[in-house]
Amino acid sequence: MAETRTKTPEPWLDPHAQAYIRVENVTKRFGNFVAVNNVSLKIYKGEIFCLLGGSGCGKTTLLRMLAGFEQPSAGAVYIDGQDMAGIPPYERPVNMMFQSYALFPHMTVAGNVAFGLEQEKIRREEINRRVAEILDIVKLGEYAKRKPHQLSGGQRQRVALARALVKRPKLLLLDEPLGALDRKLREHTQFELLGIQEKLGVTFVVVTHDQEEAMTLSSRVGVMNRGEIVQVGTPRQIYEFPASRFVADFIGSVNLFEGQLTEDEQDHVRVKCDELNVPVYVDHGMSAPPLALCWVAVRPEKIELGRERPAATDNWAHGVIHDIAYMGDMTVFVVKLDSGRQVRVMQANRTRKPEEQFAWDEAVYLSWDASSPVVGIG
Amino acid sequence: MGASNGGRWRAGSRGGAKRAPGSLLTRPWEPLWHFFHLLRPARWSAYVRDHWIGKPLVTAVPMLWLVLFFMVPFIIVFGISFSQSVLAIPPYEELLAWTDDKVLQLRLHLSNYNYLFTDSLYASSYLYSVKVAAVSTFFCLLLGYPMAYGIARATTTRRNIFLMLIILPFWTSFLLRVYAWIGLLKSNGVINNVLMSLGIIHEPITMMQTDFAVYIGIVYSYLPFMILPLYSNLEKHDRTLLEAAADLGSKPWKAFVRITLPLSMPGIVAGSLLVFIPAVGEYVIPSLLGRTDQLMIGRVLSDEFFENRDWPVASAVAIAMLVLLVVPIMIFQRYQNRELAHK
Repeated sequence: MAETRTKTPEPWLDPHAQAYIRVENVTKRFGNFVAVNNVSLKIYKGEIFCLLGGSGCGKTTLLRMLAGFEQPSAGAVYIDGQDMAGIPPYERPVNMMFQSYALFPHMTVAGNVAFGLEQEKIRREEINRRVAEILDIVKLGEYAKRKPHQLSGGQRQRVALARALVKRPKLLLLDEPLGALDRKLREHTQFELLGIQEKLGVTFVVVTHDQEEAMTLSSRVGVMNRGEIVQVGTPRQIYEFPASRFVADFIGSVNLFEGQLTEDEQDHVRVKCDELNVPVYVDHGMSAPPLALCWVAVRPEKIELGRERPAATDNWAHGVIHDIAYMGDMTVFVVKLDSGRQVRVMQANRTRKPEEQFAWDEAVYLSWDASSPVVGIG
Repeated sequence: MGASNGGRWRAGSRGGAKRAPGSLLTRPWEPLWHFFHLLRPARWSAYVRDHWIGKPLVTAVPMLWLVLFFMVPFIIVFGISFSQSVLAIPPYEELLAWTDDKVLQLRLHLSNYNYLFTDSLYASSYLYSVKVAAVSTFFCLLLGYPMAYGIARATTTRRNIFLMLIILPFWTSFLLRVYAWIGLLKSNGVINNVLMSLGIIHEPITMMQTDFAVYIGIVYSYLPFMILPLYSNLEKHDRTLLEAAADLGSKPWKAFVRITLPLSMPGIVAGSLLVFIPAVGEYVIPSLLGRTDQLMIGRVLSDEFFENRDWPVASAVAIAMLVLLVVPIMIFQRYQNRELAHK
């Protein structure tokens, strides 16, 4: 999905673009605990920006500071150029979809959606018209008179979305929007969210711990760890070019090897890893002191499984298949290398030929392209 | 345990080693064994499930209680209210009596009820009681709601301290606490003395034997009954609802009116009825603190019983009071049902 969105311009690459949200050196402390530590971020109009991280990484606190439920201990938040310090939630041009949906249990669906509009000075007919319109968009028109407890989880989620959107906010904050939905419904809702976002041109900031959700939804992802943003980039950048060992390990599944830089040239690097039979060769340079200790990350799907010993002098390893998990579209192999290290390899099941299938305890060679590994220091 | 074997008792299937079926002569303890196994709670639940006596059995306990201690006394009182006062022990006429021609006669005197309407004392006492109860309930709500709200929002440790403090007065005698108010309110009591020594007033304010004193006594005594149901309701509120309201542009006060207040309605109704119903029949507080020219119905009732020894009229007063209170009880029930339907 992110691929089809590249047709939209990428304002973050334009040095003159005005950020819609600017988070500047924001820190939030709860007592001695630092929930958000000196975070700076720029989010542009029309983006779907995902804050991704494990539980307790500060992503929800950051979101709550955008909504105005928490005040930063230090730093500033600007929305549309306006400093948000001291501005209460009910005066911010922001709406939020809560993780628990927070629907008012004593009001009908229509009552819930109308609530936000009733806070403004809008005529009743206009309110009714806009409520009906937004309920149509989220396909809940016929449920207008129901109470929240009479709805399914997916319907409640759409009411929460409609309630937030009916105010026509410039910025919509979503806290784990798909968390409570089952897998089928999630996928469906994901695309619905994208459709609505494109239709209404709202900027989304999404908090999630689910990387799949972050990958499919977002224009850019900010990966958070221990209150800090460790990397910001498009889903592809985050996945293919993780900036740190944490990001490489956190996003997707990865095989990490410890090694030492033996060659560091302009156009390539060579890393000696004790756990692999031959060195790792990467076809791009990096700047690091010679013989520096480093890590090498190779994604499971980028490893090729074969029975023949590769002719190359780099980028392969030998091992025995230790475990096989057949998943239909692909198979995950756990290969035990000669060094004893276990490595995950993912192979697409492209054919049904029996001779292309591998069996338990079979000796295999692992190989990968020189463009695949990611090398980092520290 | 009972569930795993289908809940049926099978001899020899449990209790360690398998035992061969034996006769009473060879194994005299066998029936005992069965008996003890039947006593095991796991057996009971299996039996109850299989024979479907569980529900009636469980509801039978409160039913029995209500029949014994509510229905039977009520029927007796109801019966007496149709009787006639006589000089005897007990001081009323039996409803059923044999005439000389061996006819069983049921005599119902409606005069007691008629009396309630003819003597204005009763109507004015009823109205006064309802007024005192309503005003007291209102002030209990006015005081109790912010308190319950504050406790519900306090930290867990503070919350427990507050709740403790609210329940604490129950540990001293109710009568004693009402007497204490006499010491505070009387003309040469604490309040008047302090105000006079400060020069704020020059003559003592008459507070005893006024409506004001009764309100103070009832509000003070019944406040916990308002706070506790309100607290238990407010404490369950999901605070993200208020955040959602704020997020949708609602100022805190408006969010309170539109979200917290309607959601706490069951608590308000429960607390108000818990104050209103006993306050209507309150006897001790108005007797000690209240007016002498205007009695509350509880006092009238006790006077009929103990001063006049007119049990039939007293019973009629009690029945009339019950009928009067059935209306608020039914409102309460309706709210309870509605709240249950939400769950």
